[in-house]
Amino acid sequence: MAERLNVLAAQSLHLRGISASSAWMALRTLKALWLGVLLACLTVLASTAQAQKTIDPALDEHVNRLASELRCLVCQNQTVADSQAPLAMQLKQIVREQLAQGASDQQVRDFMVERYGDFVLYRPPVSGVTALLWMGPVLLFALGAGLLALHWRARRLGGAHNLDEEGDSVLDDDGLPSTSPKPESLRS
Amino acid sequence: MKTSHLKSILPLALFAGLALTLWLGLRHDPSEALPSARVGKPVPAFSLPRLSDAEARFSPVELKGQVWLLNVWASWCQACREEHPVLLGLAQQKSVPLIGLNYQDQREPGLRWLSDHGDPYAFTAVDADGRTGIDLGVYGVPETFLIDKQGRVRLRHAGPLTQEVLEREILPLVKALQRG
Repeated sequence: MAERLNVLAAQSLHLRGISASSAWMALRTLKALWLGVLLACLTVLASTAQAQKTIDPALDEHVNRLASELRCLVCQNQTVADSQAPLAMQLKQIVREQLAQGASDQQVRDFMVERYGDFVLYRPPVSGVTALLWMGPVLLFALGAGLLALHWRARRLGGAHNLDEEGDSVLDDDGLPSTSPKPESLRS
Repeated sequence: MKTSHLKSILPLALFAGLALTLWLGLRHDPSEALPSARVGKPVPAFSLPRLSDAEARFSPVELKGQVWLLNVWASWCQACREEHPVLLGLAQQKSVPLIGLNYQDQREPGLRWLSDHGDPYAFTAVDADGRTGIDLGVYGVPETFLIDKQGRVRLRHAGPLTQEVLEREILPLVKALQRG
């Protein structure tokens, strides 16, 4: 856009018979002007956005906290709080309206679940369907702990077995070589 | 020894299990599986202006006692173009009333879209701010809802309708519900 305007400006200057160097100067001022206008626009935009946000910081914080528990339906690995998708923005607006009207967190969550199911919650309730989801980590941990315990037991039993068979196994339970004399026996 | 055999296989088995899970996860398209919380529940009560005549309104109670389809569309929606021929074909059959819901759109482009591509709908209701769409649990356009005689949502299809989905899933259910 700016490029095209610059070209147009250059063409019109050229038509009027202005020399190349002064046309170039004019172009430069035009560019600077454009940049200034753009910056002014951005500043105004940013300040209005800021103004909208700081009307009620506590509400903003509350909306964000609740929206970060909600899954964006369009971009499913983002929360409603993070997402810039139009639907997420709209859901955020609904959260804000409902909280401003005095709805509880749970009422807002229920509103979302009624429409989009448990899927919309990043912390779904424990139910038959989500039991595996909630218990999965515990089960995996238990499995890991069980395997580790089995492994240790097998190693201890295996170690003792080796000692019985060969007599000169490298290490005892106290970690000292089995053939070396123990501190007590040194003293006696 | 048996146990040492098992021990050497275990890490490999665990790795294979993990790899399989992750591979299945990669192939799985979550958007397809997104369930509708509205299926089995009454269609939300709304009252919206009609696209052809802003003075006239539409509310789902008007169709109580009928089986009908609600198709959510918008003039800005590319995927709606894909399913449009299927909807036009369905309209010609006249087997089930097809109502449109013009979602987050404007009147002018909406009307132009219908005159350009053909109007398969008995009529279209206008959901300009998208609130009715959210009440329906719409998360993308197009979506299609099948509503029974009691005004309950019986089926929701997210994404463009295909002739196959129509013939395999929707029309048989329409017939069964119309008999029932």
